[in-house]
Amino acid sequence: MSGTPLLSIRDLSVSYREKDDWSRVVHGVSLDVHRGEVVALVGESGSGKTTTAQSVIGLLPGNGRIDQGEIRLDGTDISRWPSRRLDAIRGARISLIPQDPGSALNPIRTIGAQVGEILKIHGWRDKKAIASRVVELLARVGLTEPELRARQYPHELSGGMKQRVLIAIAVALQPELIVADEPTSGLDVTVQRRILDLIDELRLEFGTSVLLVTHDLGVAADRAGRLVVMQGGRIQEEGPTAALIAAPRSAYARRLLADAPSLDMTVRRQPRPEPIRERDEADDFAVIVEDLTHDFPLADGGTFRAVDGISFRLRRGTTHALVGESGSGKTTTIRSIVGFEKPTAGRILVDGTDIAALHRADLRRFRRKIQLVYQNPFASLDPRQNVFEIIEEPLLNFDKREKDERRRSVESLLDRVGLSRTLLGRAPHALSGGQRQRVAIARALVLEPQVLVLDEAVSALDVTVQAQVLKLLDELQRDLGLTYLFVSHDLAVVRQIADSVSVLHRGRQVESGPVEQIFHAPTSSYTRDLLAAIPGRTGVERARTLSPGSDR
Amino acid sequence: MTTPPAVTNAFSGRGSGHLDRLRGASPGLVLAWLVIALVVLWAAAPALFTEYSATVGVPAEKLRPPSPDHLLGTDALGRDLFARIVHGSVHSLSGALVAVAIGLVAGTMLGLVAGSIGGLVDDTLMRIVDVLLAVPALLLSLSIIILTGFGTINAAVAVGAASVAGFARLVRADVIRVRRSEYVEAAFGSGGTYAAVLWRHVLPNSLTSAFAFAALQFGSAILSISTLGFLGYGAPPPTPEWGLLIAEGRNYISSAWWLTAAPGLVVVAVVLSANRISRAVGRSTP
Repeated sequence: MSGTPLLSIRDLSVSYREKDDWSRVVHGVSLDVHRGEVVALVGESGSGKTTTAQSVIGLLPGNGRIDQGEIRLDGTDISRWPSRRLDAIRGARISLIPQDPGSALNPIRTIGAQVGEILKIHGWRDKKAIASRVVELLARVGLTEPELRARQYPHELSGGMKQRVLIAIAVALQPELIVADEPTSGLDVTVQRRILDLIDELRLEFGTSVLLVTHDLGVAADRAGRLVVMQGGRIQEEGPTAALIAAPRSAYARRLLADAPSLDMTVRRQPRPEPIRERDEADDFAVIVEDLTHDFPLADGGTFRAVDGISFRLRRGTTHALVGESGSGKTTTIRSIVGFEKPTAGRILVDGTDIAALHRADLRRFRRKIQLVYQNPFASLDPRQNVFEIIEEPLLNFDKREKDERRRSVESLLDRVGLSRTLLGRAPHALSGGQRQRVAIARALVLEPQVLVLDEAVSALDVTVQAQVLKLLDELQRDLGLTYLFVSHDLAVVRQIADSVSVLHRGRQVESGPVEQIFHAPTSSYTRDLLAAIPGRTGVERARTLSPGSDR
Repeated sequence: MTTPPAVTNAFSGRGSGHLDRLRGASPGLVLAWLVIALVVLWAAAPALFTEYSATVGVPAEKLRPPSPDHLLGTDALGRDLFARIVHGSVHSLSGALVAVAIGLVAGTMLGLVAGSIGGLVDDTLMRIVDVLLAVPALLLSLSIIILTGFGTINAAVAVGAASVAGFARLVRADVIRVRRSEYVEAAFGSGGTYAAVLWRHVLPNSLTSAFAFAALQFGSAILSISTLGFLGYGAPPPTPEWGLLIAEGRNYISSAWWLTAAPGLVVVAVVLSANRISRAVGRSTP
């Protein structure tokens, strides 16, 4: 590739104002995006990747400023342009696919009006022309019944459909550069793959360049020609994707690669010991779910079957994973198992007790045996409690113990989950995501339960933190003999932690068995789809064909 | 993804924060604080500000105009008006405090019960609240006083009762929001009893807006209590209650206008100051 790069960032530094202090979050970043190229900006939260992308399109938050450096679009420095002047190129020459499709659309305007808006802003006047172009665009991004979609409101569309609408807005004027800021982070894997395929396809059709901002090295490896790895506001490494993945030079890129579950095809986990007895007995299982069915009443008087005849057994001391996309019934299943929902039919035995038969006081005592860790540690911890109070609280609910004794259990548990005792007095908002999830795990463990239900417990965390928490869970299981029910949409993570897997699809269990069997010899087509959608596979395979260090 | 480093710096500047805030505060806010501080001092130690009695007058010195001896003159019974205003502050302030406390406590209880139990209980309580909100507050207070009898405390209770509905509505909305949050479910999941979870999680997290509303209510409670006093439903004479002072001065408005104007201006100043402060407080606590 030669000639002037389409986008050229030189020595860019960005600061945010906090009261009277300016703190710099991007330090001297330089990168180029050539025509028709996909460059992925990879890093954890706080690495400055989003800030860099925002400065390209002139959308830094109000307290941000560009300290120095140049952003050249086709040779013209646009970094000092006022917002009004940028309006002329935003949408027309550079466009943005925003991060969260749920909040990026105006809920009170129709899809058609919002797609048409960008055309109006850039000088289209003929209403009929706008309307027909909108339908054309919606059809182009793969929405069925585009005329109907144009009249619908955002809440009538699924997350994947909304993201398609945002892509339609982004490509409406066939811009030269698309900045895609985590375009698929909230979506299911199969939807994610289809959206990324769509962006690829449109890129080839229009010759657009893409600056892809992502925390997922797997996605970046699959889609980008070049990777730029950022950490702490600085570029750690950049290079052609295959070469970088085959032979990363910087320590940080190596760690990121090692921690990314989808890229790591080797399983480091020690297998759990096989049962000693030849034949299974009921006592070998901590949780037995038989023919679980759950109906929800609908507004029109009918019922919706969210869970349809699911059965599985959870052997003591092992991990069973429930895998499925949103709407697969996995959340309803675990809520029944921990006793928050009463199933319509079927039986759940936890440690030999049928929980449907329990009444209030018994149910409360039963909760000691099975604890739930939530997906989002930002919502599952009371913002008004400190770490000590959060972990201590379950102890107060059961047998009264002395204050000193409670303090000792909380402190020893804090050591157990790898947190410093100096954090005891901190409120949740002063902790990082990984620390919060460790606190949530400690709270679940303080009652010494037999079963831990982990509801997407690592999905909200950065890969490196995710790897650390998975390691912690593995250690805890070995040391305490815990049984895990691990719920996830991410097959790559499941492979690292689970012994057996149930794959759920639309409330039905489509496949169940040992983890190796599911990965190597899946019997259902849905499982195969899921496996194929794991990002990073093609990237890794491309890298494997290269010998380390060789140039393209 | 990238969040501006908001949290780290918010804590580093705590030490000099108070001074900075004072320097940055608007003059109006400073004045408001001074007014409230002065009135609180009047209530706490009236003897520091005036040597005259609030209730015993000197008949020979009746209806004197303002002079160095009597800053705001004297009333028809020869009582020093400034002394009466100073001594009266304790009635207005304590009345407002009682009123706000009643509204806050009773409203929070109702809101908590309605929001956490839900269903028929919620519907019933909220329809009652609808009715209470539909009746003008002053009318409601008057009806309560007619039922309970006149007096400073009764007036305060009446004013407080009229604000219960507002508090209940506000707290219920917050309780419903908090009740659905994951940390409340997690607390039930770790074996918490219903009462324990309400007390530890739902109540503390639902009170933020109720406290902000209570601060706003303080000013209007002073106004309502003075109104009741003015109409003769509050403290009986010779209590130097501000509303009563205005009412008593009304008879001499053509010859001694300061008898109504002075206590009236004091009420206006205190209410405006209380509102100004509660607005500033409400803005700084998100």
